[in-house]
Amino acid sequence: MISLSHITKIYKTEDIETKALDNVSFEINKGEFVAIMGPSGSGKSTLMHILGALDLPTSGAYTLDGESVSKLSDDELADIRNRKIGFIFQAYNLLPRTTALKNVMSPMMYAGVPIAERIERAKKILQLMGLGDRMYHTSNQLSRGQQQRVAIARGLAMNPAILLADEPTGNIASAQADEIMNIFENLHAKGHTIIMITHESDIANHAKRVITLKDGKIIGDKKTWNTKKS
Amino acid sequence: MEYQEIITEALGTLAINKLRTGLAILGIIIGIGSVIALISLGQSSQKSVQNQIQSLGSNILTVQPMGQTSGAVRSAGGGGTTLTNDDAKAIKQATALTTVARVSPELSRRNQVTAGRNNTNTQIIGVEPQYADMRKITLSSGTFITDAHLSSLSKVAVIGPQAASDLFGDNVDPLGQSIRINGQTLTIIGVTVSKGGSGFNNPDDALYVPLTTAQKILFGINYVSSIAVEAIDADAMTQAQNDIGYFLLARHKITEPSNADFMIFSQNDILNTVSQVTNTFTTLLGGIAAISLLVGGIGIMNIMLVTVTERTREIGLRKALGAKKRIIITQFLTEAIFLTVIGGAIGMIVGVITSYVLTKVMSMPFTVSPFAVLLALGVSGAIGILFGWYPAKKASDLQPIEALRYE
Repeated sequence: MISLSHITKIYKTEDIETKALDNVSFEINKGEFVAIMGPSGSGKSTLMHILGALDLPTSGAYTLDGESVSKLSDDELADIRNRKIGFIFQAYNLLPRTTALKNVMSPMMYAGVPIAERIERAKKILQLMGLGDRMYHTSNQLSRGQQQRVAIARGLAMNPAILLADEPTGNIASAQADEIMNIFENLHAKGHTIIMITHESDIANHAKRVITLKDGKIIGDKKTWNTKKS
Repeated sequence: MEYQEIITEALGTLAINKLRTGLAILGIIIGIGSVIALISLGQSSQKSVQNQIQSLGSNILTVQPMGQTSGAVRSAGGGGTTLTNDDAKAIKQATALTTVARVSPELSRRNQVTAGRNNTNTQIIGVEPQYADMRKITLSSGTFITDAHLSSLSKVAVIGPQAASDLFGDNVDPLGQSIRINGQTLTIIGVTVSKGGSGFNNPDDALYVPLTTAQKILFGINYVSSIAVEAIDADAMTQAQNDIGYFLLARHKITEPSNADFMIFSQNDILNTVSQVTNTFTTLLGGIAAISLLVGGIGIMNIMLVTVTERTREIGLRKALGAKKRIIITQFLTEAIFLTVIGGAIGMIVGVITSYVLTKVMSMPFTVSPFAVLLALGVSGAIGILFGWYPAKKASDLQPIEALRYE
């Protein structure tokens, strides 16, 4: 489903070259729940952005659901992001001063889903996320945990092949973090493919597989025993 | 995604960010408004100067006696005594002078005038009835000099508003009041409308009396200080100037034109001098227009650059959610066009009202040239749209993550 081979990403700033990813290769199958771990500066965010087609690798090949992402044009990439990837940003990145409902509707708007269906689907997903009574609140009227759930709802709006989450519990209280992990485990149980970044091992333990990065290289890739009950 | 939906999205974004939208519109209003106000103020002052020249009468030739020659010294023009009422009558009656429409002999002198305890030194002008029409004098009250006044040497006068205010103050109706000139008592029978002139030949600071009264009763002379001749139209001015010249030479029995005891100058001569002033005005106007367009344009450019560049992150986010470049650019272009159109329309109204108020305050004629409005709207509108589009285009060319990282 996802295949990375020899992915390298180099950032150039004036005369300093930083190798954020160094020859990374792995595969992820449909329905897997994967955590990517590593200290800050290990390249895990860069890896996530490349997986999410938000950035292009300097070299190497990335295949997603049979499509060679590294060879696509700008507009084709937008289409891939829209239809196949649900990306949950660390900073949520909701549209400012916009209602939860409109935020969840926005990917469907770019996909050309008819307006009536858009509203109906967005409402359904928000109810699923426990935000049925917060649909008409704007982003700044919601708590962090609620904003995170709107971001997840938006990620799910197009029913994407993979769901990518960058530090999904990074900015919220632990009680809310458990709630978010419950949501992810439910989605996993329904067959969604989930990849998340975290630096907390007890969050990583919710996943079934943990890939560990250091200095842009994979230093560990192993299955976990789920220590917490889902 | 349909275009109609992109417009809805663009307008929705403008509506929820009221402060940003308001500031952008304000920037455009000030930009366009100031350009229109400045250009029309410039044009109004140009028009004001032209009107004052026009108010002296149109297509008028002035015949004046040449200065008196005493020995080798010839005094300045206008001081001579060689032109008479008969010269004027002859020009009027000569059938050969086909380019002449009307003739007005005039005797103009500065003299002391008293009314009660007030006195002023003003221009006394002996005129015939056609003077009013030729020199575009209109009355705010009373009547002008008539033929009956001329033939009966009536002691009547029409007064300019400036002279009236000097003699009677602002609260007394000058009509029917008496004034004294050189020991003679005259009655005011009319007051002229202000023409807003100034200086030595201010038509507002003058006293008009019948020509015969001025010559025989006030000053005891039989010549005129000038004869105004109106040509039938502007094109006939040169022809009329030549014809009258030869006609008077013959009448005064002078064979050599260089020995003429009179001179004729046309309003064109004055207009030529004035047109140099007007040209300077036009250059000045161009400068004002260029500077205000530049200033307004830079203001609009700044506000658009700032508001759109500030949204680089939003553009990155929209791309991350699957928006194609074309859709993002269309949305931002729609926003820029909407802001420019609304700001432009309000700016136009504000500019026109501002220049109207300012011209009224400065008592100038109010003019707004459609060219100035089109120029302001065209240039500022193009700048607004260009700098709304350009940063959006630049941001949408970035990878979404680069745009999202933008600080």
